Amino acid sequence: MSNEDADDLAWERSAVVRVTPSAKARKLAKVPFVEMAGGRLQGVVSSGSDIARVYVSSIAAETHAFSCSTNNNRRCGGLGGSYMCKHLDALLKEAVLQYGAERVAAYLGVEAGPGGDVAGALDGTESADNPAATVFNRFLRHLAYLELPARPAPVPEMQWFPAGAVG
Amino acid sequence: MLSMHLAALTGALPDGLDDALDLVGGFDDAVTHGLGRVGEPEAAAIEALAAALSAAPLGPSAAEAAAKVASGSASEEGLGVLAAGRAALLGAVHDALLDRFDTAVGRARAAWDEPAPVPASGANLLAGARSWLHEVAVTGWRGVSHDLVAAVDPTVEALLAEPSLRRVAMLMDGLAAELRASSPVATMARVPARRWGDLWSRAMLLTWQDGAPAGPGEQVSGRLLPLGVDVHEHPTGVQAQVHGVLESGGTRRLVRASVSAGKVDTIVGPAVWGVLDAFPVLLAALAGHRAVEIDGMTLLPGGDLLWSEEQAEAGEPADPFATARLQLDDATAPPVPPLERHPVRIAEPVLLEDYRIDGSDLVIDDHRLRVELGNLPGSGPLTPELVAASRACVGLVRWDAAGWSLRPLAVQATVKKKPVVAHGGDWALGPTDPKIVKAQARSGDAVTVLRERAGRLLRK
Ligand SMILES: [Zn+2]
Repeated sequence: MSNEDADDLAWERSAVVRVTPSAKARKLAKVPFVEMAGGRLQGVVSSGSDIARVYVSSIAAETHAFSCSTNNNRRCGGLGGSYMCKHLDALLKEAVLQYGAERVAAYLGVEAGPGGDVAGALDGTESADNPAATVFNRFLRHLAYLELPARPAPVPEMQWFPAGAVG
Repeated sequence: MLSMHLAALTGALPDGLDDALDLVGGFDDAVTHGLGRVGEPEAAAIEALAAALSAAPLGPSAAEAAAKVASGSASEEGLGVLAAGRAALLGAVHDALLDRFDTAVGRARAAWDEPAPVPASGANLLAGARSWLHEVAVTGWRGVSHDLVAAVDPTVEALLAEPSLRRVAMLMDGLAAELRASSPVATMARVPARRWGDLWSRAMLLTWQDGAPAGPGEQVSGRLLPLGVDVHEHPTGVQAQVHGVLESGGTRRLVRASVSAGKVDTIVGPAVWGVLDAFPVLLAALAGHRAVEIDGMTLLPGGDLLWSEEQAEAGEPADPFATARLQLDDATAPPVPPLERHPVRIAEPVLLEDYRIDGSDLVIDDHRLRVELGNLPGSGPLTPELVAASRACVGLVRWDAAGWSLRPLAVQATVKKKPVVAHGGDWALGPTDPKIVKAQARSGDAVTVLRERAGRLLRK
């Protein structure tokens, strides 16, 4: 067995290993929510002008088809055929901060350009269907974690999740 | 821990251990492949696991479950039995390892004398979780897709909303997050088969046993002297597990106090303390290196304090290194609840001194213990450099496939000829390192930003 195979076997036989690197801290005011889930890079971008309004933006991993609309399902005026709006730009930029260019590019099936540019590698057009309602619900669910009552009793299962888990 | 203790700990392990772990490994490979369409090797691995249990009460039902898997008709009940069988093997491994530790360092441990908890009635929510776990095992990790992961979302959401099911909820949530990030799993270079097998089988068992505390516990009063804090986190949950010595009625006992809360993946590093702000007395004791006066708090039979801020009051300054030097050897360790017996639960506080650090090993004489330098939490000031420069360390002895290891909780070091002391809980009330304070100011307070959004959007 080569050293590499032996390492892989030990990794596969360990209870505590890092499966995915943890996200990086970033400023959340402008783009409070970004995730890679359900085959899309998706998130929520604050409106620059109206505190009550947010834009829900997404890019499909396979086709790179993108969408952007308000949480009331109004299509974003900044979209133009094959041009992404500033919300999608912001979404991509923050995703790179949160996950690193490599992971974002891998999820979208492209190679990141110099300086971690992912936007330049995308060649999608506006999506025919709009997942805004799903994404906005994911955002609400995300926020709901902060409303869970704290628990004073042990969760022994968290032993499998030490902070900064080993690689 | 002295040189002789380290030597006794790290000596060769009993043969039976590897055999048991191989059986578990075979089962895990079968689940990676998928139990819905097993081939020759998978069926043989599952039968071997069942055969190893033939003398146990579980034996006959395990054999039946294995036969069903071999014929391609794995039932939920059958998979539950196999999960229990896998857990029994790892429970035996746990017992052997913990016995090795206790013998090596001379730690006294109380015996378990509580009844095993009563299985849960099987609420609908748990049935939903069980059904998804069944589907995942039948599909196999290699077949997990975006859709299969998304299918568990409503179940996890409902489990989280039920406080009594928090254990299974946090576990399923953590597993789902790893699967989501790894989907489609078929494209992964390697599958964390043991880890996911562990998470899957514990979740499966919790759908029958619901995770209520084992036994009613006792009321205790006295002084809690913290030794350190072990932080656990996945993207959407964090737990601070405080290890300490409880002085109570003339006895000294090793105890743990664990508090947890929901968070999101962008709350990382020092920011995680912010979601635990419901426990100011506990956090202040960590940040200020203080004792806590305990008055009538429940101590569960497994040595876990059911933390109650109302029954806790900040005490006198108490240096965890002094506690470790003066109290640790005489403190009695708690027994492990039957359902928690698994090597991952081994986290035994120790004090190490007069060692040198060689790469990632701590060395005393010729005896080596691997130090977990790769997972020092960002929630505290410990760094690999500080550990390398340290001359005393309070840490947790742990065990995994690579053998024994030490997870540092606190170090006394010499940096640029000056003494430096760093504890993992030093930033529990906010970072004290100006560089970290500045970085946090730049990125803004994630907890505050998101709580404000939640307040606006979830409660309008
Ligand atoms: Zn837009």
